[in-house]
Amino acid sequence: MTHRWRLVLFVVAAPAFAVLFFLAARGLPVFGSEFHPYGDRAVEIATRQRTTANVVSSVNFDQRAIDTLGEEFILFGSVIGTIVLLRPAPEEREVGRRPAGGVLPTTRLAGYLLLPVSVLVGLYVIAHGQLSPGGGFQGGVVLATGWHLLYVAGRYAALRRAAPPTVMEIIESVGAAAFAAVGLAGLVIGGAFLVNFLPVGTFNDLISGGTVPVLNGAVGMAVAAAIVLLLSGFLEQAVVLRRSPEPRVDSSIVARSKEHR
Amino acid sequence: MTTLPYLVAGWLFLVGCYGLVTSRNLVHTVACLTVAQSATYVLLLAVGFRSGATAPVFADVPVGTRVVDPVVQALSLTDIVVSATVTAVLLALTIQIHKRHGTVDPDELRALRD
Amino acid sequence: MSLTVQALPPLLVAVPLLAATVLAASGRFLPRLIIDAASMLSCLLVLAGSVMLLVATGSQRVVSWLGGYSPVHGSSVGVVFVVDRIGAGLATLIAALVTAALTYTWRYFDEVESYFHVLILLFLAGMVGFALTGDLFDAFVFFELMGAVAYALTGYKIEEAKPLQGALNFAVINSLGAYCSLLGIGLIYGRTGELGFAQIQRALAGQRTDWLVLVGVALVFTGFLVKGAAVPLHFWLADAHAVAPSPVCVLFSGVMVELGLYGVARTWSAAFSPVLPAERLRPVLLAAGVVTAVIGSVMCLVQSHLKRLLAFSTVGHVGMFLVALGALEPAAIGGLAVYVLGHAAVKGALFLCAGVLLNARGSVDEADLHGRGRDLPVTRICFIIGGLALAALPPFGTWLGKTLAEDGLSHAGFHWAGYLFVGVSAVTGGAVLRAGLRIFFGIGTPPDTEGDTRGSEEKPETTGNVGGIPVTMLAPVVVLLAGGLTLGLLPGLATLAHDAAQQLLDPTGYAAAALDGARAVAPPAPAESWTVSGLALGLLSVLLALVVAALGLYSDRLPQLLRRAAGVATLPFHAVRTAHSGHLGDYVVWLLLGMTLLTLGVAAT
Repeated sequence: MTHRWRLVLFVVAAPAFAVLFFLAARGLPVFGSEFHPYGDRAVEIATRQRTTANVVSSVNFDQRAIDTLGEEFILFGSVIGTIVLLRPAPEEREVGRRPAGGVLPTTRLAGYLLLPVSVLVGLYVIAHGQLSPGGGFQGGVVLATGWHLLYVAGRYAALRRAAPPTVMEIIESVGAAAFAAVGLAGLVIGGAFLVNFLPVGTFNDLISGGTVPVLNGAVGMAVAAAIVLLLSGFLEQAVVLRRSPEPRVDSSIVARSKEHR
Repeated sequence: MTTLPYLVAGWLFLVGCYGLVTSRNLVHTVACLTVAQSATYVLLLAVGFRSGATAPVFADVPVGTRVVDPVVQALSLTDIVVSATVTAVLLALTIQIHKRHGTVDPDELRALRD
Repeated sequence: MSLTVQALPPLLVAVPLLAATVLAASGRFLPRLIIDAASMLSCLLVLAGSVMLLVATGSQRVVSWLGGYSPVHGSSVGVVFVVDRIGAGLATLIAALVTAALTYTWRYFDEVESYFHVLILLFLAGMVGFALTGDLFDAFVFFELMGAVAYALTGYKIEEAKPLQGALNFAVINSLGAYCSLLGIGLIYGRTGELGFAQIQRALAGQRTDWLVLVGVALVFTGFLVKGAAVPLHFWLADAHAVAPSPVCVLFSGVMVELGLYGVARTWSAAFSPVLPAERLRPVLLAAGVVTAVIGSVMCLVQSHLKRLLAFSTVGHVGMFLVALGALEPAAIGGLAVYVLGHAAVKGALFLCAGVLLNARGSVDEADLHGRGRDLPVTRICFIIGGLALAALPPFGTWLGKTLAEDGLSHAGFHWAGYLFVGVSAVTGGAVLRAGLRIFFGIGTPPDTEGDTRGSEEKPETTGNVGGIPVTMLAPVVVLLAGGLTLGLLPGLATLAHDAAQQLLDPTGYAAAALDGARAVAPPAPAESWTVSGLALGLLSVLLALVVAALGLYSDRLPQLLRRAAGVATLPFHAVRTAHSGHLGDYVVWLLLGMTLLTLGVAAT
């Protein structure tokens, strides 16, 4: 199709979609209505039975924990997928890192100062998922971002040393496996997969919510490692890999070379 | 007025689709896909809103306070992670396409023309 | 006992997920043999569990409330897996196909480390979860799990241009479809305030059919029909199936696409049927089915890239599946279930044969390979048998399913469906036979292939010559074909499938099992089996397939006039062909149009 025809068809389809969506939206309850049967039940269960002050965490890690298990493994699968897709092709090789040049001393200082702060914040957010907005996913991302302040500070080599891909892959796998294992433990101890089988503790205490903080910890670990792996895959493409001047003739699929590790 | 927040969702979806249709750069394409997906966040959160209610977190407010629907918020969280990870896979594909096809313009990709 | 059975459904998801994490963590330290064996073992565990579920669902629906949130007074905050015969049967099919794919992979890739196995196991878990879940949002999550992994698997061969573009098209279109589904879920949630199929069904009972539910349901279906490759949402399929590694194609064509159709059937029956009576959905599915069948078959016929040819034959078959589904009658859907099983076995075997060719001859292009497959004795026989089976040769499972579906459709008053089925079987089977005879027997004049998407520049998926075709690559081909044959001969299969279809089409029973604990199901009533006319139709489609193949092989010997007439008659199809442009923007427009047509279709009737 030419550009013009594509646009013509879009101009037919898009307004039709818009009209249909408008008609559908008019059938929704008035914005801000009181009609939330599932939400009300979820609040009830979270506050009265499960002592999880952050109801969203209760839904994510307890009431609908299977969704989050699936989500965790979407992340896990995407990271493996990205590693597979970004592996060096046969004719590519590592050309050695380019010097970090041009990092301002102030940037470097800010990176080093913020690193411990952001790691601390990340751990705090993971640990308080059952109490306040946050949890494993959010905290894990903060942790991984903090780690990459090393890169911002111009120390790619330090970043690689501090977070070698092999170790990160293992940490990610262990975190994801821990989530599934807690689910299985629930099956053995509590009779249902992913059942919240731990004592629920005192409402609004750090130790509360039963398995919710445990799962948050597992997710935090997996997510932090996953994001580090994702970013390192892309950074490697930008910083380290180059098409070698003489492409190798070998057309086979060659695994990531050992020295590359 | 009462349907406006829902219509924002529809608008975002269509804007994202327009970007996908007219895109000349795959990185832009991937970004447009996330714009289209953000429609789902807006719709879910709008559907779960309750007038005058607060966040469904009872750390600072007594149990029994009116709160918005926590379920849609949980769904949005899941959705966001899905979006981020799929974006990563797509960008990885884009990088390799750039290497193999020498371009990231969808109009220039002709390998699969029937 | 009952506790063990209820523990099974989540285990079928958890076991491959756990195995994937173990392999990802330890893969680099383990020898290839251990990786193969471990992934095979977890897959076989899922297979065994699925068979146990299949047995258990004979007397009851197996219901697992995850997190132990069993409903109180019919409401719950949890997520439920509700397994009936269709769900258990799909899980069995998935596990069996993954077993075949893993066996084939044993020597297929030289790739060390375990990433491929990890991805396949995650794919397995995603598909099984989708087949078993009884919750709309949970279905979306598993849909995305299988999607995210499938995109990476499609682009696995990063040193080639086509797989990357195919994977990108697949990923963008499927993701956009999934987001349509999620918009629909949001709309439905706004109306019902529920996410479980059964809860939605009860909340919708007695409500009027307004634009909200129509658009909401159509959006949900759009996502599923993108996966299910209904025209015009099918464009990604050929792009992805033609370029993905062959064992992955087995899973794509054999079951992933069919899961999309299952999603439509399941959510309609279990959740949306109160507001969307069968009369509204039926014409839309039938129309989409006919268009899909015709376009898929025609596109199949003109391909010379073997895997692309097989991919379009899947589109043609999806059209038939949609028609059979569209009857929304137990007899036709029972036939459909058998057909899906038979198709998975046969198409799987054919894709693996294409993989063998790619491995042994470095090409999957029909013209390129003219006569070059003569010395692949097992492969060439299997490929021809596969082509005949695809054309519904009795007594293959494809034939049994086709004839059962035809009978069901004609009892429901759709006599025309029989012609369509014979036509699609003949054309797709004929195209496969043409390619097979040309490649493996050197019959016919080398075809003219200008302007085609050629399959000659693909690279083999293993290095060098492995020294003959390893038995682990041929065994799955033979076993799949034997399985396809056995399916047609299994005495109780028709009854079982009919029973499964009846369970699928029983919303009240589904909701009662999920929410009220009333899990028992009626014992199966014996279903009608095949008829003499069904046998005759099967033989007819095989005969026609041979004619199609012969016409393809010797088209240059036809009289000039006839060829010119054929050229004029097929002119409209050139436009169809141009539409398969490989351009993402085009595909997005088609998706929007398809979604709109779907909504207007269910609204108009």
